[in-house]
Amino acid sequence: MANETRKFLPSWRTIDSAGTVAVPGSSEKFLTGDWRTERPVWKAEACRHCALCVPACPDSSIPFGADQRRGGFDLDHCKGCGVCAAVCPFGAISMIPEGGLK
Amino acid sequence: MSGRTALLSGNEATAIAMRQARPDVFAAFPITPSTEIPQYFSKFVADGETPAVFVPVESEHSSMSACIGAAASGARSFTATSANGLALMWEELYIAASLRLPVVMACVNRALSGPININNDHSDSMGARDSGWIQLYSENAQEAYDQFFIALKTAESVGLPAMTCQDGFITSHAVEPVELLEDGKAAGYCGTWKPGRTLLSGPVSMGPYDGAEFYMEHKRQQSDAVSQAFEAHARAVREYGALSGRLLDPVEEYRLDDAEYAFVLIGSSAGTGKDAVDRLRERGHRVGLLKIRLFRPFPAEAIARALSGRRAVAVMDKCDGFSGSGGPLAAEVAGALYGTPAAERPELRPFVYGLGGRDVWVEEFFGIYESLRNPWAADAGRVEYRGVREEAPV
Ligand code: SF4
Ligand code: SF4
Repeated sequence: MANETRKFLPSWRTIDSAGTVAVPGSSEKFLTGDWRTERPVWKAEACRHCALCVPACPDSSIPFGADQRRGGFDLDHCKGCGVCAAVCPFGAISMIPEGGLK
Repeated sequence: MSGRTALLSGNEATAIAMRQARPDVFAAFPITPSTEIPQYFSKFVADGETPAVFVPVESEHSSMSACIGAAASGARSFTATSANGLALMWEELYIAASLRLPVVMACVNRALSGPININNDHSDSMGARDSGWIQLYSENAQEAYDQFFIALKTAESVGLPAMTCQDGFITSHAVEPVELLEDGKAAGYCGTWKPGRTLLSGPVSMGPYDGAEFYMEHKRQQSDAVSQAFEAHARAVREYGALSGRLLDPVEEYRLDDAEYAFVLIGSSAGTGKDAVDRLRERGHRVGLLKIRLFRPFPAEAIARALSGRRAVAVMDKCDGFSGSGGPLAAEVAGALYGTPAAERPELRPFVYGLGGRDVWVEEFFGIYESLRNPWAADAGRVEYRGVREEAPV
């Protein structure tokens, strides 16, 4: 961790006791998208909005609206596990390498 | 001033202290020689003598987990265990300490396998010495009773778990007179625990992932709480002394004033050791004894003060540290003495004795004393084993 970042973080005297997090829903602020080495790509035209991929995502990164339609990936939190691509019966999700690494 | 005197085993006295300390939750799984503690406590529950919830679980991993969950919800939570049971709690010991939950446990010391053995030594709780728990060791049933209250008070005032330790069978099952506090006085001493945030006080997450950016700050904070435990323990001891007339300082000095030689040890063998000191004193030998009650945090300064200026001290471990140079007490005492001026520093001889219930007699102390007075034998090795058979009978 860079020293510039370190100075904004709480000292051991002021940090929350035992790491207890006292606000609800705070895990959303923890952006896990940069853990990804592969990125899921959604082909909207092939999607039948069957919602099979939605509960399969371990990171709740596939939104499904009240209009019964699937939305685009939440790439701030998707970790690129590829489960959604594996469960989609219609080939509407493909995985591509992240970050241009060859 | 105090309540009645009763004839009690260490286990029963501890169970009574636990009832008087008014826990909300008691979770335990039976294991020799601590089984009687949950047995007595569950009887108190069945007889309506305590409003505590008794949680019979399927393992010690679960009993400590139940205590952690209950304490995280703000409940005063107790358990009891020994040896392999303590070992099965290992992961949870660290979690209770790092979540800063003042769970209080009665550990009845028993040899930790193997080969399997149910008798006393200190290998179980000594393995847990670096888990972040406060540790108090008792010489007899009275101390086991008294120190349970002190452990609770210290634990709750700094937010760390605490275990009281007594010697399996020797203390846990032998019956002796124990002076009890009146229920009302005990309850007054223990007060009520005022936890900070709990699982019931609003939406909180306890024990979430702590990355490299935060973990070390939390460990430093935990270590600070351990340092504060010295003062909290001293306060708890003073208040308990005022209430009971019994002062249970971190260390007990026995006839050390002008002593040239000293035995340093933990637990029930102190009684035998004091007897040996008396008999040696009758013959004009200047010898004393230092008993360690508080092992975590380790009262290094008090120990250095008590031992500096002596010629030689025998540090006796009822546990082999397998370090090649003695047990954990010897290592800690050596560390405590390292800070004293070289001219004042006694020669330190580590001894290992009493493993797996091997008895220690007054004569054994005489032998150790002889060894202390003689120059270190070149072939003695770095640690002397006492009470072990050296030669097969012919
Ligand atoms: S790749 Fe994994 S984490 Fe990302 S959207 Fe698909 S299932 Fe969720
Ligand atoms: S499983 Fe495939 S088709 Fe069904 S909603 Fe997800 S992307 Fe669309």
